[in-house]
Amino acid sequence: MSSVPVSAYLTLALILFCIGLYGALTKRNTVIVLISIELMLNAVNINLVAFSKYGANPGITGQVFALFSIAVAAAEAAVGLAILIALYRNRKTVNMDEMNTLKH
Amino acid sequence: MENAWIIPLFPLLSFLFLLLFGKKLKENSAYVGILLVGVSFVYSLIVLFERFTQPTYKAEGTWLSIGDVQLTAGFEVNQLNALMLVIVSLVSLLVHTYSKGYMHDDERFHVFYAYLGLFTFAMLGLVLSPNLLQTYIFWELVGVGSFLLIGFYFFKEDAKKAAKKAFIMTRIGDVGLFIGMILLFWQVGSFEYDEIFAAVEAGSISAGMITVTAILIFIGAVGKSGQFPLHTWLPDAMEGPTPVSALIHAATMVAAGVYLVAALFPLFTASETALMTVAVVGAITAIFAASIGLVQTDIKRVLAYSTVSQLGYMMLALGSAGYVAGVFHLMTHAFFKALLFLAAGSVIHAVHTQNIEEMGGLWKKLRVTGPLFLVGTLAISGVPLFSGFFSKDEILISAWVHGNTALFWLAVIAAFFTAFYMFRLFFLVFTGEARKEIKHVHESPAVMTLPMVVLGVLAVVAGYVNTPWFGTFLGDWLVEGNEALGHGHVEGPAWIMIVATLVSLAGIFLAYLMYGKKSLSRDWLSSRAPVTYSVLYNKYFVDEFYELTIVNITKFFSLFLKYIEVFIVEGIVNLVTQFVQTFGKIGSRVHNGQVQMYGTVAFVGLAVLFVIFAVTGGYFG
Repeated sequence: MSSVPVSAYLTLALILFCIGLYGALTKRNTVIVLISIELMLNAVNINLVAFSKYGANPGITGQVFALFSIAVAAAEAAVGLAILIALYRNRKTVNMDEMNTLKH
Repeated sequence: MENAWIIPLFPLLSFLFLLLFGKKLKENSAYVGILLVGVSFVYSLIVLFERFTQPTYKAEGTWLSIGDVQLTAGFEVNQLNALMLVIVSLVSLLVHTYSKGYMHDDERFHVFYAYLGLFTFAMLGLVLSPNLLQTYIFWELVGVGSFLLIGFYFFKEDAKKAAKKAFIMTRIGDVGLFIGMILLFWQVGSFEYDEIFAAVEAGSISAGMITVTAILIFIGAVGKSGQFPLHTWLPDAMEGPTPVSALIHAATMVAAGVYLVAALFPLFTASETALMTVAVVGAITAIFAASIGLVQTDIKRVLAYSTVSQLGYMMLALGSAGYVAGVFHLMTHAFFKALLFLAAGSVIHAVHTQNIEEMGGLWKKLRVTGPLFLVGTLAISGVPLFSGFFSKDEILISAWVHGNTALFWLAVIAAFFTAFYMFRLFFLVFTGEARKEIKHVHESPAVMTLPMVVLGVLAVVAGYVNTPWFGTFLGDWLVEGNEALGHGHVEGPAWIMIVATLVSLAGIFLAYLMYGKKSLSRDWLSSRAPVTYSVLYNKYFVDEFYELTIVNITKFFSLFLKYIEVFIVEGIVNLVTQFVQTFGKIGSRVHNGQVQMYGTVAFVGLAVLFVIFAVTGGYFG
């Protein structure tokens, strides 16, 4: 168990975060973008858990914090999907390219 | 006298009022102008009479304080200023009246009166100024008034060019004045006339510096008073309406140069070189312009060259330490030259031509203008008992007594020329037969002849305020309480007066033989000395010379500068705009309303910050 170094967890988290960021910034489908954001969140959760075990002050707090984070992410995903559905009802599309009303 | 500052404000009021309401008033504008300038004139007279009994009054307030230096603004009523006030406001009032007839039916009648008001304001302000800076401000304002009035018929190409020429030529002189002014300020620490004179007297300015500043200030006077070599604008300025020529280019503005030298007279007397310069330039101008006047055929141009010549006389007087003579001639000249111009305007009004070759026999048709023109001609020719005789005599005596023998003889010859060309003008215009059929010759209305009558009377009697026979009131009064200005009366040998009289009578007689009796051929000069005649007729080719040298050099240089402007300056400016535009375009493309783009930009920005952070080791900048 202890043969896996902390850097491996961090690298995994980094890769996960980068995939999430890439997806969030480039995908055209809003659902995929939301999923990508979830990926980024989970990358952060991995970091939290890793540091709670191998950090300077190991303790259970980090894991509890990760649980909180997952709970909040679930709520956020629900709200995000609700907004997405509302948007879809208005615009009949989930294509990111057409959502450019910020310009106006 | 305490309220003398209000005098220039009436014409200013007239200017502003006509600017606002002139369009509605149309020809009634004349009444506004005449009334307000009339008030100025009456008040000037009161100030003059008060000045006879009271001492000089001067009031000033701080205008600007820069560090320890305080610049003041105010007004001063001394003898010269009081006299100038009356001359300026009187001539202006008469010209205002005269213009009502002369400018009748002009579309821009009210604009003309507004400009006249502006000019009169500036000129009255100029003669009230107690310091050089204020003088300079009004000096330029006067130039603006002159520019506007010369170019009044701006739809005529010649008038437009003449206005520009007048403005630029006088500006050349003004640069000299400006440099002189700044040098004086540097040396004295004040623009005040009084303090400058005090410093000159105390010897706190070196002799060389006095000479330099005096000559620089004289250059300003040269430009304004049309002295050689900056005289060429004045004859061209005749493109303006004739009343303007009478007011600005005969009686007031061109006399401003003489006034400036007179106002700074103690500065000039402190340097023999500066005085000599003034005298030499004056004498050369006097004879130079008079000789050109001999052969010109445009009635106004003859008068213009005569003005240049007479201003040269005044400068000669001042340069010969003849303060009284110069100012005295300034006064008499203002009257008789304004009269001559107004009479010339009346002639032009009647026959609608300015070419004297086309006139003739007008004496019988213009029963009022003719005799008045004769009075002016006699006065300027220096015929005894007329005003010009006394003032010219004073000048000749001053020149002789001061030891400028050569200049004295030049002035005598110029006096001969003056008598000749003035009577040539008179005989050609008023005697003989009409050389060209001119219909509907009519005398001018009373509103035009009345001012001429007033000036005619003054042209005769103005000389008697300062005569060797009945006392030199003007001279004594002018120098009262100020030794720096010299004596009120300069005693000279009696033969000078006889010579002057003989010379002017000889000139008249020669003109009579040639143009009156016609016993001497008219082309006596042109047939015997065609080269001389051609040189004179073409005004010594001064204009052509300037065109070839200064104008061309300037044009070439400005072409060069234009290319620098187009390629280097504009090139840099274009580069900057290109850069900013490109940058802006990129920026605007980023703002496409897509959250993803904003996210990308934020991420890139963060990445860049991290890179900088890593490279600099934690420090920005």
